[in-house]
Amino acid sequence: MTAVIGREAVRVDGREKVTGSARYSGEIALPGLAYAEIVGALVARGRITSIDTRAAENAGGVAAVLTRRDLPAVNRVPLVPSLMGGPAPGETFFPMQDDEVHYAGQPVAIVVADSLEQARYAASLVEVSYAGAPSVTTIGQGRGDAYEPEKIFGGFMPARSRRGDARDGLASADLGVDATFRFAPNHHNALEPMTTTAVWEDDRLTLYDSCQGIKAVQLTVAALLGMSPSRIRVLTRYVGGAFGSKAMVWPHVTLAALAARHVRRPVRLTVSRAQMFTSYGHREEQEQRVRLGARRDGALTAIRHDKISVTSPFDDWAEPAFCAASQLYAAPAFEGVHRLVRGNTMTPTFTRGPGEAAGVFSLECAMDELAGRLGIDPVELRMRNLSDVDPNTGHPWSSSGFAECLRRGAERFGWDARDPRPGREREGDQLIGTGMAAAAYPVAFFMRTQRARARLYADGTAVVGTAAQEFGTGMTTVLTQVAADALGLGLDDVRLDYGDTDLPTAGSPVGSNGAMMVSAAVHYAAAAVRDRLVALAAGDPASPLHGADPAWITVDGGRMALADDPGAGESYGELMERHLMGDTEALGTWDPPPLDTPYGLLTFGAQFARVAVDADLGTVRVRHMVGAFAPGRVLNPRTARSQLMGGMLWGMSQALLEGTHMDAGLGRWANASLGDYLVPVNADAPEVDVELIEVDDDVTGPLGVKGVGEIGQVGSGAAIANAVHHATGHRVHELPITVEDLLPALEWEAGR
Amino acid sequence: MRPFAYARADDVDTAIATVLARPDGEFLAGGTTEIDLVRQDVLRPGLLVDINDLPLDRVDDLPDGGVRIGGLARMSDVAEAPGVAERFPVISEALLQGASPQLRTMASMAGNLCQRVRCGYFRDAVSPCNKRDPGSGCAAITGFHRGHAVLGTSDKCIATHPSDAAVALVALDAVVRTRGPHGERAVPIDEFFLLPGDTPEREHPLEHGELITAIDVPGAATARRSSYLKVRDRASYEFALVSVAAAMDVRYRTVADIRLALGGVATKPWRARTAERSLLGGPATREAFAEAARRELAPATPLPQNEFKVELAQRAIVRALTALADGDEEGGTR
Amino acid sequence: MAIHVGSPPLEGTSKARTVALTVNGEGVELRIEPRVSLLDALREHLGLTGTKKGCDQGTCGACTVWSDGRRVLSCLTLAVAGEGHEITTVEGLQDGGELHPMQAAFIAHDAFQCGYCTPGQLMSAVALLEEGRAADDEIAEWMSGNICRCAAYPNIRDAIREVRDAAGGE
Repeated sequence: MTAVIGREAVRVDGREKVTGSARYSGEIALPGLAYAEIVGALVARGRITSIDTRAAENAGGVAAVLTRRDLPAVNRVPLVPSLMGGPAPGETFFPMQDDEVHYAGQPVAIVVADSLEQARYAASLVEVSYAGAPSVTTIGQGRGDAYEPEKIFGGFMPARSRRGDARDGLASADLGVDATFRFAPNHHNALEPMTTTAVWEDDRLTLYDSCQGIKAVQLTVAALLGMSPSRIRVLTRYVGGAFGSKAMVWPHVTLAALAARHVRRPVRLTVSRAQMFTSYGHREEQEQRVRLGARRDGALTAIRHDKISVTSPFDDWAEPAFCAASQLYAAPAFEGVHRLVRGNTMTPTFTRGPGEAAGVFSLECAMDELAGRLGIDPVELRMRNLSDVDPNTGHPWSSSGFAECLRRGAERFGWDARDPRPGREREGDQLIGTGMAAAAYPVAFFMRTQRARARLYADGTAVVGTAAQEFGTGMTTVLTQVAADALGLGLDDVRLDYGDTDLPTAGSPVGSNGAMMVSAAVHYAAAAVRDRLVALAAGDPASPLHGADPAWITVDGGRMALADDPGAGESYGELMERHLMGDTEALGTWDPPPLDTPYGLLTFGAQFARVAVDADLGTVRVRHMVGAFAPGRVLNPRTARSQLMGGMLWGMSQALLEGTHMDAGLGRWANASLGDYLVPVNADAPEVDVELIEVDDDVTGPLGVKGVGEIGQVGSGAAIANAVHHATGHRVHELPITVEDLLPALEWEAGR
Repeated sequence: MRPFAYARADDVDTAIATVLARPDGEFLAGGTTEIDLVRQDVLRPGLLVDINDLPLDRVDDLPDGGVRIGGLARMSDVAEAPGVAERFPVISEALLQGASPQLRTMASMAGNLCQRVRCGYFRDAVSPCNKRDPGSGCAAITGFHRGHAVLGTSDKCIATHPSDAAVALVALDAVVRTRGPHGERAVPIDEFFLLPGDTPEREHPLEHGELITAIDVPGAATARRSSYLKVRDRASYEFALVSVAAAMDVRYRTVADIRLALGGVATKPWRARTAERSLLGGPATREAFAEAARRELAPATPLPQNEFKVELAQRAIVRALTALADGDEEGGTR
Repeated sequence: MAIHVGSPPLEGTSKARTVALTVNGEGVELRIEPRVSLLDALREHLGLTGTKKGCDQGTCGACTVWSDGRRVLSCLTLAVAGEGHEITTVEGLQDGGELHPMQAAFIAHDAFQCGYCTPGQLMSAVALLEEGRAADDEIAEWMSGNICRCAAYPNIRDAIREVRDAAGGE
């Protein structure tokens, strides 16, 4: 039998993407389409005193200029992560309901025009006057007023967590590390700008929206506008990158719908690149302090992990600093607290590796420092602190593979040849350093029931439907594989139908859960069809399989046969024709295990990096990265490796390039463009080796999948920062690590 | 995007006349800065006169061993022109590092000299900016200025001149040839770029309707041994934090000739004459390079976020000159 | 020497006019204003949405097309200025129904994820071979005008190398 799961299948949407025929949300041709442009607030805090729309309205070709006076009251909807399967606004605030301004870029008017050019031009003609008020946008401005919230992360997490007595553990340690790390805000900057196309027919609304979850869009817009979800259909097949930015549903989506209703025409609202910095949240500015206590042999006695960050005026949002970071090591004591500064920014949001990207960075840089001080190899230090159980609960891991990741990653990287002393290796002008870090990302069961439908035709081909969409993870490819596997069909005989809320409900594939949760439903749907036909054959006197135990019947290429006598069998088609079945179909459902499932749920990995630091100029270039990951069962190594590689390069980027700079005086982001917010280009990306270590997991669903979307980013930044330290002997405590952070550590006699 | 009229000229005189016919007329060459800034509502031309069909795209050798670069020659073509690549490697290197391949294909040399600053406050069309809106103030001085200038600044403007190619051309004493309503003239390139002073809105002496027809690079044997060093956060496709255009002739371990200019640190492409004077006739040693660099940067006026550029520029100068000196020695010709 | 600038000015209008373009070998006429970019003309007026808009500022490369065989950014090109030039978009890469070898190599090497930068990457990748800049140590630099936020860069390089080697081997 040719296994379909685990095969390096090429993407099912590859042809559409390389020929340009894939239509993204802003590319749907519609008669009478009008273009909407948001006018954003220029001040970070204050009140709108007047809006003069006359010049814009008279510019010609302008269908409407909407201000708060033209908008209906919109319902207040709580911020709940979209993974939970309900309405999921990115912030509880909805703009254009009153005259208050809470953050720069907040929509204050919308221009709808016949052409893209005219919409933009007319938007520039809208005159808005403000009575500005002092704003707070940075930790530096608000530290004195920081508070400890009850819950963070959309109510997902408590702000405080502890096990054992961390104060005692630190006090009784032989050795300690106390390190504080500062993280610049990050903006996802998916390459496809946020785009919503809204079409009304009577009281029914169709949305084409670049999102991570079409169901979340449907339910959120329904909740905000007080509509029945049955009247809203969201159609989205292709999404040009998301990385968490499209996990929640942001105001522009509903604004597009309202604008379309106002002008009684289809409306497309595209957020400009500059507006991409004020339209969908961000990874918040944050500072994390990690204190480690350890015995001489390297065993951790306690971890204390504190975070302070900026949230919005409306919501208590912080990405959690210490989910995985509190679970990675067997320290008997842990304590962590999140504190928040209320700032005049949007509510921050999920950003690839939410929480862990910064939290594990902090922990793993502190661990590196500890290894140096103890004189223990960094890999060995991790090995000595491995935990057989989730240290927070005492439950066994559903699966781990952590030690294997550390071992195999080190082997592939050639870690053993490393001279542990910093600043010893030099190639011409370049200081060479190597570093490593652990990676981990939680598996969370917050989702609701997942559904998929499988229909098999008598010609032996199948269509499987589920309300998912493809934003680059390869999910539609692995879902096709899972369906083909369960049906016993070749890949080419299965077509996945997706990107339509009228299809069976699937949750937002966020938090690295997409493959795990939706594939489970697809598996059950497809398996139900197969089981039905197998049972029919076994009970059919006319079938060569009559009387066989269905458990002993396998299906390959659409032909059912006895496992131990492949000659005896028949095809689905033969059976179905005999029974006058044109097709047969089944709904598959999967419910997640309960939240209190008695297992530790974490995906593990290990990251290694080699960097070159210019000894004179302080520039850092990454030469090579190796990551070893244990993501449960790998449905498609090709797409899994790509996800992990992309994540690892995101970690590189977080470590060395990405930072949004707040102009605290103006309360505005100061580098809101792709020319100034630096993401890696081809020349920045080294060769990346990804090692996949399969581990059996029978807790995380029928296929044992854990997820690959985020863990690649976790720890890769720390491995690079640790490598920079190894190259230079200098530890930078600020991300991104830039030239000015390193110059003071690089010899320069001539400076005087 | 603000509406504008468009006309396409076949000859230079018509192009000039057409621009002159309207006070808000402007030339349109590669468009890589101009179209961007019109869309941002930073530039507001009423008429764009497309000059891309004008026969100003040649790269010709000059009798003195120099080269005449047409104002409409594209960055990519100039970088690969044999006369430039062989005799003036610093120009080629600056061009190749100056933009992405797509932008280099589009952007003209004249436009490269005239490109506008990358200061985010200038480009956002709304912040206080004396360059865009004289008298409105400078948001960068009190705001985000990591990328801004430390030399040639004023209390009105600290925006860095963004061109790489211009840095090389300034080092080589190029001459900007123009044609306009008052005829033709030749402006030494160092005078072409104006310091912001109290009038940051004036970046060069071109009059309305005056067109850069060519850039002459005089022959210079020293330029054969020249290089462009660009320091940036990203490995490519980014403006310079600091850059160094250097040409140096070392004889008997002594600096016989030197041309040095800096990018990324000043409000104009910065000819490092202080450093040149310090080095000329002296020893070609790392110590001498460092001392010259120190003197060049001594008048720097950094702000908190760009203070690192003062040291980074010195380090880059030393690196660039050391590499040229080492190359000379390895060549073994002297 | 004073130059007499006496030529009569050209007529310029900001109104919509008929613009004749050659796109993927076919002549097309459209009525557009001068301010319409080539990118928006392709996407909004000609229905050729393969060319992508990532930034509209010349900073991402998603809008890369060829003008007379040379790669340019269509977001910074006025459509009206495209008159007289042969424009090629990703839709013109295929030969009949057959994928261009670079398109096939991108699929084979998983050189994209979300796919949004892919048309621009392809237009650059094919141009790169024409430019003779596909040596192992050149590809990364000469592909750096095309941002891939999914960071498929190593796979993009693999795909380009494969096509380069296949072409060289024939």
